[in-house]
Amino acid sequence: MSRDIIALDNLSKSYGVDEVVKGVSFTLSPGESVALLGHNGAGKTTLMKLMLGLIRPNGGTVSVLGAEPGSRAGRAARRDIGFLPESVAFQGSMTGSELLRYYARLKRAPLKQCAELLERVGLTAAAKKRIKTYSKGMRQRLGLAQALLGDPKLLLLDEPTTGLDPASRQSFYATLHRLTEEGVSVLLSSHALTEVEAQTDRVAIMNDGVLVACGTLAELRQAAELPVHIEVQVGSGEDAATVAAMDRSALRINNHAVDFNCRPSRKMALVRQIAELGGVVQDMEIHPPSLDALYAHFRDQEKRP
Amino acid sequence: MNTVLIIATKEIRDGMRNRWVLAATLLLGVLALALALVGSAPAGSVAATRLDVTVIGLSSLSIFLVPLIALLLSYEAIVGEIERGTMFLLLAYPVARWQVVLGKFIGHVAILTFATVVGFGVAGLTVGTGAGGDAESWRAFGALIGSSVLLGAVFVALGYLISAAVRDRGTAAGLAVAVWLVFVILYDMALLGVLVADEGQLVGQQLFRYLMLFNPADAYRMFNLSGDGNVALMSGMAGLGQQAAFSAGLLLAVLAAWIALPLVAAGTILGRREL
Repeated sequence: MSRDIIALDNLSKSYGVDEVVKGVSFTLSPGESVALLGHNGAGKTTLMKLMLGLIRPNGGTVSVLGAEPGSRAGRAARRDIGFLPESVAFQGSMTGSELLRYYARLKRAPLKQCAELLERVGLTAAAKKRIKTYSKGMRQRLGLAQALLGDPKLLLLDEPTTGLDPASRQSFYATLHRLTEEGVSVLLSSHALTEVEAQTDRVAIMNDGVLVACGTLAELRQAAELPVHIEVQVGSGEDAATVAAMDRSALRINNHAVDFNCRPSRKMALVRQIAELGGVVQDMEIHPPSLDALYAHFRDQEKRP
Repeated sequence: MNTVLIIATKEIRDGMRNRWVLAATLLLGVLALALALVGSAPAGSVAATRLDVTVIGLSSLSIFLVPLIALLLSYEAIVGEIERGTMFLLLAYPVARWQVVLGKFIGHVAILTFATVVGFGVAGLTVGTGAGGDAESWRAFGALIGSSVLLGAVFVALGYLISAAVRDRGTAAGLAVAVWLVFVILYDMALLGVLVADEGQLVGQQLFRYLMLFNPADAYRMFNLSGDGNVALMSGMAGLGQQAAFSAGLLLAVLAAWIALPLVAAGTILGRREL
């Protein structure tokens, strides 16, 4: 068995004639965090279900923590997996504390962890209240607490921040960073691209059941060759003309600003040239292509035959 | 704690929380007590004790009521959790699907056992103490409680089979009603109808008796009413008993098979189901 935490090889899954995962190969190394991006219905949740053995693949192989998820060994391996499903559902008649204790027993986690985790997600005050009185955000935080039971080695988080307010979202990512520093591997799915930017080591982009791109943001930017956006502020129309003459991609906005959409390979040369202009340039900003732009690029690339 | 027991304990707690335990116990207790007090009054000076008469009354009551309570407890146990989305998370834990079915089964049967023992027990103690019952009638009463629990377990298992096989709760509810009607009412009516129409030509008495063996409710009835004691005499089933009725062991084995087969089938179906 490989030492990868997750290893998918040419994995496929169909429901009837509907092929929702098409030949996906992917690995997650120990301690690594990866964001799985894609629109709704791209196959992110199906991929997680395959990793948990909730459904069986039609082709290819899955290995999670060294075991096949559907097997006996896979069941034992789930003791080291924390899972947060998309729009998590709990039995409303139980209290938060009762629910957590039930799941802790199933996972053979020490019961004293329950109070600690409730504290960590800010639900101590609501621990004795029935879950049906919880808000969506509180349920989501309870969902995160149950995923952290038993100190998992791998976290599978399906749209973990939906329903969270900005403050809880920040504390969620803070928790995530602490866990990855402790060596926990994380795979989280999201369709909120701007949010996961810079939160994980790598991003994987799914489109229509196909893994269209996977790598660090820098790698993806390089591969996509999307233009870098450079914005230069100048004092007068004359200066603007001087700056605009530097590159063909220049776009004169007005007498005070010039925009460039230059190729990544040309970026440094252009920046140096602009800097050499000295006092003419009042200010300059460089925007690498956003995750949104990358996502759109890889998605559309796949559509082109 | 063992995974199956953890799930069973949770089912019992759920049953207490949503008042299922209380409702089932009260229902069985009140009806049993009414039946015992009213039904046993005319026994008076006959050879049979008041407890014997109560056993006959109670077995007729539980043949309707216990399957109903069992099906109500079980029909949505699996499909309900799938619909609400809680099964999804549960199966992401280190839990096998057969453990879910077995754990729920133990929990639900424990609830039924409690309701039957307490509900019927109160009635038995009320009429059976003192001159109301002798050792033999107490034995019959104990057999009644035990076999009622078994009958309940049969229908809990059938409820899971329905619950594991269908797509939504509404279908499960409909099928549960159908199962109850078929086994508790229609099966006997159909047999009787065939027997009458046939006038004993085609379907002989022997075949008729074997056909009864295939219905868990009939197996339960034969077990309780056609023994060799006073109960059989009183219930008018003694004649049947003398025609070499099925042994108590065989009837219990029938009930056990009716528990094991649906339960295994439910586990297998859930095991193959994609969530």
